[in-house]
Amino acid sequence: MSGFILQRLLQAIVIMAVMSVIVFAGVYAIGNPMELLIPPEATQDVRERTIQRFGLDKPLVEQYFLFVKNLLQGDLGRSYIYNEPVLKLIGSRLPATIELVTTAIVGALLLGVPLGIYAGYRPDSPVSRAIMSLSILGFSVPTFWVGLILILTFAVELGWLPASGRGDTVEVFGVGWSFLTLNGWSHLALPATNLALFTFAMMVRLARAGTREVMLTDTVKFARAAGISERVILTRHVLKLISIPIVTVFGLELATTMAFAVVTETIFAWPGVGKLIIDSINNLDRPVMVAYLILTAGAFVTINLVVDIVYALLDPRLRKGHAR
Amino acid sequence: MSGAPLLQVTDLKTHFLTREGVVKAVDGVSFSVDDGEIIGLVGESGSGKSVTGFSLIGLIDPPGRIVGGSVKLEGMELVGLPDREMRKLRGARIAMVFQDPMMTLNPVLSIGTQMRLALNAHDRLSRRAADDRAAQTLARVGIPDPRARLQAYPHQFSGGMRQRVAIAIALLHGSRVIIADEPTTALDVSIQAQILSEIRDLARENGTALVWISHDLSTVSSLASRLMVMYAGRIVEAGPVGTVLRAPRHPYTAGLLKSLPAAARPGEPLAQIPGTTPSLLNLPEGCPFRPRCDRASEACAVYPDLVQEDRRSYRCHNPVAATEAA
Repeated sequence: MSGFILQRLLQAIVIMAVMSVIVFAGVYAIGNPMELLIPPEATQDVRERTIQRFGLDKPLVEQYFLFVKNLLQGDLGRSYIYNEPVLKLIGSRLPATIELVTTAIVGALLLGVPLGIYAGYRPDSPVSRAIMSLSILGFSVPTFWVGLILILTFAVELGWLPASGRGDTVEVFGVGWSFLTLNGWSHLALPATNLALFTFAMMVRLARAGTREVMLTDTVKFARAAGISERVILTRHVLKLISIPIVTVFGLELATTMAFAVVTETIFAWPGVGKLIIDSINNLDRPVMVAYLILTAGAFVTINLVVDIVYALLDPRLRKGHAR
Repeated sequence: MSGAPLLQVTDLKTHFLTREGVVKAVDGVSFSVDDGEIIGLVGESGSGKSVTGFSLIGLIDPPGRIVGGSVKLEGMELVGLPDREMRKLRGARIAMVFQDPMMTLNPVLSIGTQMRLALNAHDRLSRRAADDRAAQTLARVGIPDPRARLQAYPHQFSGGMRQRVAIAIALLHGSRVIIADEPTTALDVSIQAQILSEIRDLARENGTALVWISHDLSTVSSLASRLMVMYAGRIVEAGPVGTVLRAPRHPYTAGLLKSLPAAARPGEPLAQIPGTTPSLLNLPEGCPFRPRCDRASEACAVYPDLVQEDRRSYRCHNPVAATEAA
């Protein structure tokens, strides 16, 4: 088990190294931020000093190694626009994103898996058909459109829920959290629903397909022959058997949802990292872009690592060196 | 035996309503099982023997349905019993063991968990008490160091050991009848013999009746006291094992016996029954064995009635004479 984790860890380091090169070169290719930062009427002297101050006069390779050296010391640079350390900037926005993404994805899991199991258990019932129609909607309708419709329906027409912002927050460990207040929840409801829809659809489909398959196996028939009730068969036997693909996709979804939160955050003016990155792309704020992409890649790699470990916990056959 | 038999099956009919038509997988099967008796149910694939087994325990999946007849366990009618009532009997009074232990045990749950779930299906037990009973039952089916093995997963057992675990689960609540659907077919020959004799001893010790379903005449004959031969959804011959094997009256039984390797001389090709099992969707009129039978006559166009003869019975217009059989 530890050898397995070590091997995965080494792979993760290689992936991160490759990612950092791609990200750095990619962002460099987008454009020169100095054209935006330095007013056109500035003198040549001011121009050169500014470029020097940001270290942009050095060759790309040298800039990259300087970046890596700073990165390893935990320094991701300063934002050109806000003139603040990038880590602090992202750190101040991250809780909002984490809160939104976690609410969305946990909600999708807790709602999607039971509904999917039901739809797989009773595939022909009208309720199952309704669940499946909902999941098709979640797959095929674009997120931004659903977001706009949600705002139009619940915020504009019905006036039940606010359309933007985080609402009241409560400070815990020096960070504001919306989910601790009722008002915060009312702000969280629409964007979280919007963001959750795709993952929810995915969970429903996976759970349904898995359940349909498992229900036909001799494992279920044998459990029935032992007199075990349908409820226990579904919650103990079936849930455990279908959990491996669900955990895989859940891990991937966690990372992609984090990345896709950009759209939802923009629509609902949710002050998270997604909004920050859109702003920094518009302003060619290189350090913020690079840091965001590196952190996102890091999140993907970490989640995949965790998923691999969870597999081993779920499926005893994958635990090496455990036999007898 | 006093009074009613333990298990009484009368004119059982299980049909599958498929898009292509009605498949009469079991079409009028009757037999009875006494306390502690081992009976063998033999037939080719598709003869309806497994469906008979699943019908007894009420586990026929749609589009299948028991459309007629009766199954009485200790005098209680099982056909038409509500699901909830049937569930209370399954595993407690009537249990079943399946063919492939690799497929029946849940690969991601420990043996202990699976046994605990089966125990708690009928009894409310503390974890400790459940583990005690699970370990005792595992010891009875010959699993060494049972308490430690409760933590193990199915893939850590050999095929024979896995089937022992499955048998232990069927034994947990002291069922009066166990239906065994080819439980040794997926095992090595040497393990087969071992499991067979262990099962026979267990059944004898507890007075548990066994309905042993198999396509293998030789395993059944070493185990059962009574034999039933099934063909195309009906029992075509039944009687004490010795009598049926020594002097089969139905040409199908005779054909099965002739095709056993033991009946052939070395070097000679094995005798075969010509043709294949007929499609249950499209059974020939009259006796379904007619197209494959060398004794078929005009009379066979009408389905033969059951002929009762001493303690045996058969359905044939032109039975093999007792002297003819090899």
